Amino acid sequence: MTNTGFHAIESRAFYVLLLLGGLVTAAGLGAAHYMEVHGHVVTGMSNQVVWGLPHVFAIFMIVAASGVLNVASIGSVFGQTAYKPRAPLSGLLSLALLAGGLMVLMLDLGRPDRVIVAATHYNFTSVFAWNVFLYSGMAAIIAIYLWTMFERRLNGYSKAAGIAALVWRFALTTGTGSIFGFLVARQAYQSALLAPLFIVLSFAWGLAVFLIVQSVMYAWNGHTLPEDVRRRMARLLGVFVAASLYLVAVYHGTNLYFARQSAFEAFILLGRGDELGVFPALFWGGYVVVGALLPMLLLFMPRGAGPNGMLAASALVVAGAFALLFVFIVGGQSFPLEIFPGHEVTSSFADGAVELYRPRWPEWLLGIGGLGAAFVLTAIGIRALDFLPQDDFAAPGAKVAE
Amino acid sequence: MKTGAEQGLAGRRKFLGLAAAGMGGVLLAPGIHLIEVAQAATPAVTGKVRWGLLIDTTKCASGCSDCVSACNTENGLDPRPSPTSAQWIRKVEIKEIKTGRSASVPVMCQHCAEPPCVDVCPTGASFKRADGIVLVDRHSCIGCRYCVMACPYKARSFVHEPVSDQKPDVPRGKGCVEGCTLCVHRVDKGGTPACVEACAKAGHHAMLFGDLNDPASEISQRVKAVASRQLRADLRLDPGVRYQGL
Amino acid sequence: MHCGVSCQLMRHPLAVALTLVLLIATGAAIAGEPAGRTPRPAIEPATAGTQCLATPDVMRRDHPSMLKHQRDETVHRGVREARASLKACIGCHASAATGSVAQAKTDFCSSCHSYAAVQIDCFECHSSKAQRTTALAGTGQP
Repeated sequence: MTNTGFHAIESRAFYVLLLLGGLVTAAGLGAAHYMEVHGHVVTGMSNQVVWGLPHVFAIFMIVAASGVLNVASIGSVFGQTAYKPRAPLSGLLSLALLAGGLMVLMLDLGRPDRVIVAATHYNFTSVFAWNVFLYSGMAAIIAIYLWTMFERRLNGYSKAAGIAALVWRFALTTGTGSIFGFLVARQAYQSALLAPLFIVLSFAWGLAVFLIVQSVMYAWNGHTLPEDVRRRMARLLGVFVAASLYLVAVYHGTNLYFARQSAFEAFILLGRGDELGVFPALFWGGYVVVGALLPMLLLFMPRGAGPNGMLAASALVVAGAFALLFVFIVGGQSFPLEIFPGHEVTSSFADGAVELYRPRWPEWLLGIGGLGAAFVLTAIGIRALDFLPQDDFAAPGAKVAE
Repeated sequence: MKTGAEQGLAGRRKFLGLAAAGMGGVLLAPGIHLIEVAQAATPAVTGKVRWGLLIDTTKCASGCSDCVSACNTENGLDPRPSPTSAQWIRKVEIKEIKTGRSASVPVMCQHCAEPPCVDVCPTGASFKRADGIVLVDRHSCIGCRYCVMACPYKARSFVHEPVSDQKPDVPRGKGCVEGCTLCVHRVDKGGTPACVEACAKAGHHAMLFGDLNDPASEISQRVKAVASRQLRADLRLDPGVRYQGL
Repeated sequence: MHCGVSCQLMRHPLAVALTLVLLIATGAAIAGEPAGRTPRPAIEPATAGTQCLATPDVMRRDHPSMLKHQRDETVHRGVREARASLKACIGCHASAATGSVAQAKTDFCSSCHSYAAVQIDCFECHSSKAQRTTALAGTGQP
């Protein structure tokens, strides 16, 4: 594997991209400030749906951050040589997505000025308190991992750092799934399956994000990903998507078995009680078809769909991820709590009523601002350091061997 | 016979010891002063008491909201219900689907002995006091709303707008989460919650407040005599609020 | 052998000179001017005939930690009506004109805090107005 040196992106285009990314991030920060000054009443959230679109974006980014490091793990820990050159980029993306996701999460707090309190007062029965350590520790471990990969003298330690990153990542994503899994109150959650589900989702979403970024970087630099590497990564994404679909199916299938969960499942899967039918549309259309079946078709096609097919599949997986998270996070809150099982209830506090959540512009801007921050960090990282995977590139213009 | 160096060392150690003692005294002194100040006030709560409510829903009329109005007035809440307004107590009209039997139930924070909201709060702002009252310490609350997600009774409200003209006994503000406090500001001075007082004053006598740990208290005797149950008792959270007639 | 500190200093005489001038000027400013030239906060005196918990210089320095200690006592241990409680402070220090300690710029808390440019977080939640009611009000006792 020859090191062809520094791959610099064309300067002008880079600064334009950086400016665009910066503007998107600034808009997100501005929206957060607006929310902080006026209170969450300017958003679509209410006392029924307290975690809205910003949480969808944040949790996607945090889960993807964990999963994108998988590429590095397959190289460092499991010794697959094709993945080794991709490890630094995977580490950078992990840091960038983690930063973006945490930015959105912390700015969505009712009192973001009290993040210091969160950092100094801990209730260790809370997953959120553990997350303060898990997330910051993750960032530190990734930084050390990248260091072992970039510093030639430390290359021998990269396997140990990779194992540490793998173990920490599992703890972190288990924690993310358990945020919901530990909630006994709501029918959408209270399941031990959620932690492993989030782990498998992280594999799929992380690899999809990695493939998108890698494809864009290669196209920018006029390189082509070697076909055998591309096919392996495409197949791997297909396997992860299939595994996620399996776990989601088990989750809903088991719920359907419990009589006390049938009303909730009818709400999510069939839209009973929801006049707009938002959740079944997003679940079946957004996640199952667009986010799972179509990508699997593209990725497992007998002759392979080619690089464009892989990129399209990755983009569909990401779209499906947002749909699934919206159904999971918002749908779980829209369905009313069952305080009086077997009864019809009404009250001034929306007891027994399905709450329709319509995100407003501050939430959209904040969520997209987080993506912008991740983009800016990635762009600066790629520009400053040698993150482009070093494959054996054929000379530009030469045919790539099939 | 000690050498010069050993003598010097001993002298230094003595000095350090005195200095440490002196520092300790200086650091402790303000604390001692403050403890003395605090003891001039109402006594600290203990676990000897467990406050609870017994609500007789057979005495709750469907249109009546005396408890709700009293709570809003006492705590300075917005009386106009909206999706974003804070409601610490609300009347829930229930009708059993199979039998058609209906009831009107005031629902507030159930002050569980095993509160899920306390388990999930990252800063420990949501906490259970020694006497069983579950509260939000708004000094530590960061407004993450995890407790709102965790509560099975929808007891917690998030303050969505800036608040002004707060009651001096009930500080509350934008960005924090809050819920029924069992009127701690009254209870700590020997009083009863505003909802219970208003219900009694109006002559309904549907709500009873008292010490569940004291076998001689009226509430303890009543729950021993009549059938009452906790909401979502299957969750084993052991709420301090019990309902009769459900 | 690379250029050491004194060598660096000799290389950039202008920067060194400017820094020295800045330090001397700041020192002169800190060294104290006659009281009349420095604006001081106009702090409204408390209710006549009352005594604070400690002398003004102690209160000025320690009131944040005193308030913090008392708030934990009140919230977590239910200790109310303490002498160091925020309500007690407001009771004595509320302005006669506004009835508050933080409503107008000249009220007790605001006057010093705006002078020191330290934002007060307390009154986002706490009422800054004195409670002009009897001692038993709000207890539920007749």
